Amino acid sequence: MTNTALVGLKVLEFAQFVSGPYCAKLLADMGAEVIKIEPPLIGDSARKREPFLDDVPGLERSGFFLFLNTSKLGITLDPDTATGRDIFLRLVAYCDVLIEDNPPLFMKERGLDYENLSKINPRLVMTSITPFGQSGPYRDYKAYHLNSYHGSGVARVLSSILPKETPVPVKGPGFLGDMDAGLCAATATMAALYSRLFSGDGQHIDISKQEALMALERVEMGMYGNEGETKFSTVFMQQMVGGLQRCKDGYVLITLGGDHHWEGLLKLLGDPEWSREERFQGELGKYKYAEDINGYIADWIKDYTKEELYHRCQKLNCPIGMVTTVADLAASRQLESREFFGEIEHPVMGQVRCPTSPYRFSETPHRFQRPAPMLGEHNEEIFVGRFGYSREDMMRLRGAGVI
Amino acid sequence: MSESKSKRLPLEGVRIADFTWAWAGPYATELLAFLGAEVIKIESGKRPDHARIRSLTLGLSTKSLDSSPVFNDLNLNKMSLALDLTKPKAIDIAKKLVAVSDVVAENYRPGVMDKLGLGYDVLKSIKPDIVMLSSSALGSKGPESGYAGFAPTFAALGGAAHLTGYPDKRPVPLMGSSDLRSASTSAFAILVALYHRACSGEGQYIDLSSTETIAINISDSIIDYMMNGRVAVRKGNRDESMAPHNVYPCKNDRWVSIVIATEEEWKSFCEALGNPAWAAEERFSDAHRRWLNQDEIDRLIGEWTIKYTHYEAMELLQKAGVAAVAALQGVEMYSDPHLKERDVSVQVVHPNVGKRVALGPPWKFSKTPARVKHCGPLLGEHTDYVLGDVLGMSKSEIKALRESGVLT
Repeated sequence: MTNTALVGLKVLEFAQFVSGPYCAKLLADMGAEVIKIEPPLIGDSARKREPFLDDVPGLERSGFFLFLNTSKLGITLDPDTATGRDIFLRLVAYCDVLIEDNPPLFMKERGLDYENLSKINPRLVMTSITPFGQSGPYRDYKAYHLNSYHGSGVARVLSSILPKETPVPVKGPGFLGDMDAGLCAATATMAALYSRLFSGDGQHIDISKQEALMALERVEMGMYGNEGETKFSTVFMQQMVGGLQRCKDGYVLITLGGDHHWEGLLKLLGDPEWSREERFQGELGKYKYAEDINGYIADWIKDYTKEELYHRCQKLNCPIGMVTTVADLAASRQLESREFFGEIEHPVMGQVRCPTSPYRFSETPHRFQRPAPMLGEHNEEIFVGRFGYSREDMMRLRGAGVI
Repeated sequence: MSESKSKRLPLEGVRIADFTWAWAGPYATELLAFLGAEVIKIESGKRPDHARIRSLTLGLSTKSLDSSPVFNDLNLNKMSLALDLTKPKAIDIAKKLVAVSDVVAENYRPGVMDKLGLGYDVLKSIKPDIVMLSSSALGSKGPESGYAGFAPTFAALGGAAHLTGYPDKRPVPLMGSSDLRSASTSAFAILVALYHRACSGEGQYIDLSSTETIAINISDSIIDYMMNGRVAVRKGNRDESMAPHNVYPCKNDRWVSIVIATEEEWKSFCEALGNPAWAAEERFSDAHRRWLNQDEIDRLIGEWTIKYTHYEAMELLQKAGVAAVAALQGVEMYSDPHLKERDVSVQVVHPNVGKRVALGPPWKFSKTPARVKHCGPLLGEHTDYVLGDVLGMSKSEIKALRESGVLT
């Protein structure tokens, strides 16, 4: 049998789209049993989100939903029906963890807040992920990914550092901020579970997407808080030696952490005459005349491809990165050799090549237990198999819109 | 009975031998230190953590190794053991520390720990259930495993830079946050391994690639390529299907983000704006048309938002049920009423840097609140404590080590 880290851990997911499902997926791929609740008939809203296989939408055709929900069991349930609520509470009593992303008032109004759920299951770890957290004046404000991203200030930090590239603050790729919040929530959930091993107690975790994102610029935010804005708005990236440079077929990024990196770069450039100029000597000189140095670098590297520059420069011990597209990632020998991509066999989408995880565990490897569930795929397994409902019950529950 | 027990921080009693430096490693162990782990940073003035000297992205250089606000901010709650790992005696001490630790974390270039004689196989023989995490630019195996990088390199290599920014402008390497994303992933991985160890008694080795911690976040675009062959490009703040979906200028060089996802929200939005004539035009009459004409719609919305502060625009639109949020900037992070009420920042006193505000942990636990206990350590500040109290060495032993230059 495969050795998995979180075997035996039962997680109930009452969440949609990115953050909550990603949080639960991180646990599911490490061996937890995740039961995902979706609204009957319509399902998780991520099912309506591209990419779709062959660009044809369909509840079972979203590659994004597939990625966010690997390894889970899927049931449909409407906790707003009386019977649905009962089943929900039975599930809460049965599980170790509840991950949810509903507006704080939504849970409270239904008596599904931590205070009530902990009475049913005192060992429950309940993780709530919302745009602004469970308290404070913005608690009930509406926010989509773009709103959370900008509300956290991280885009504005970047436009202070890179004003030319982002004169107007710009969000990160895809649903970066929602993914960050999911990871942040998964980390806290693991900490609470670890704590529970010794204390026996469950608890409530409050994750604010805004704060999860802010945390990722804590150093820069610290500069704001202490030094104020004026000092911070130094346009350092523009003075950086190297930095982002255009080459023959794209961009490379050169970062010099010290003299040894500078020497590596000069070797790449063929030990050029200009580098011996007096004014470029010493660290200060380099920064002061960065523009001139970067002009020389740009002039030389424009004739090379990013791939050539990346490998040659790295081999000379100078950290240079190429700006990769998704096509570059798919073709990367490094990612291939680390098995960053795995195959998932899905009943509708067929074989899908999909990112696995950024970590390799020597004893309990990351593993797709199964593809993402089809809508209501495991209703019978859970309701009949685990909770003793009959097939006839199931029929009636379906007719009543409960499942 | 459980009152005092459950007040224990989650990782109380967990000791981490921390060989990390720069940003990506130290923030991982800082998160674990927030959770109560005893983190002992092994470092040397001979080859100092560069966060003690400078910051690539912030243009900072420090007066001394003990006066860096950046280092302080990434090493809160930790202890520092000064150890010159080029000396054999230092390696012995490091091994002794590992023998009484639960976790080893490091982010040297792949191979460095092996060369020092501190590779996983060696450490495992000293402490069979040790959890060891190695974090590097591209992972410790594979054709590019020897390559190095800093945060912006990870954003470039992980595919995020290409997808961030405006179509007519250069790609945007996400800078420092990429290190902290990598670190957050490391902290999660270590917790998973610790949980497994507590249940099974088994330790393990985790090999983490910072580039992959970034790439995983663009899985939607990667799968689009795998399924449909499409190579995604950067699109500013815009969405594949929603419009309006952007940031809009407000008074005082501030911005507000507005997203309209449903027909209902569009109607509420128009109402909040006082139903201007343009909003009723044919070209904006359904979601698809609004998407096609978003240059125009963005311009028109901007003419409305510029009359307000970003806070006013947020309040007005949120009242109408529209997702509009002020893009916070700089010092506002510390004056915003919501963030203030949620106590997101704390004050830390550092003997050389002085009083600093810093962000606290990014989670709120109802029973075991993670917290900032103290400032980042001075270089070697806890050498005597670690050698004496943790490893049980005598004063004379420590003195001899110090004289032989091992503790620098």
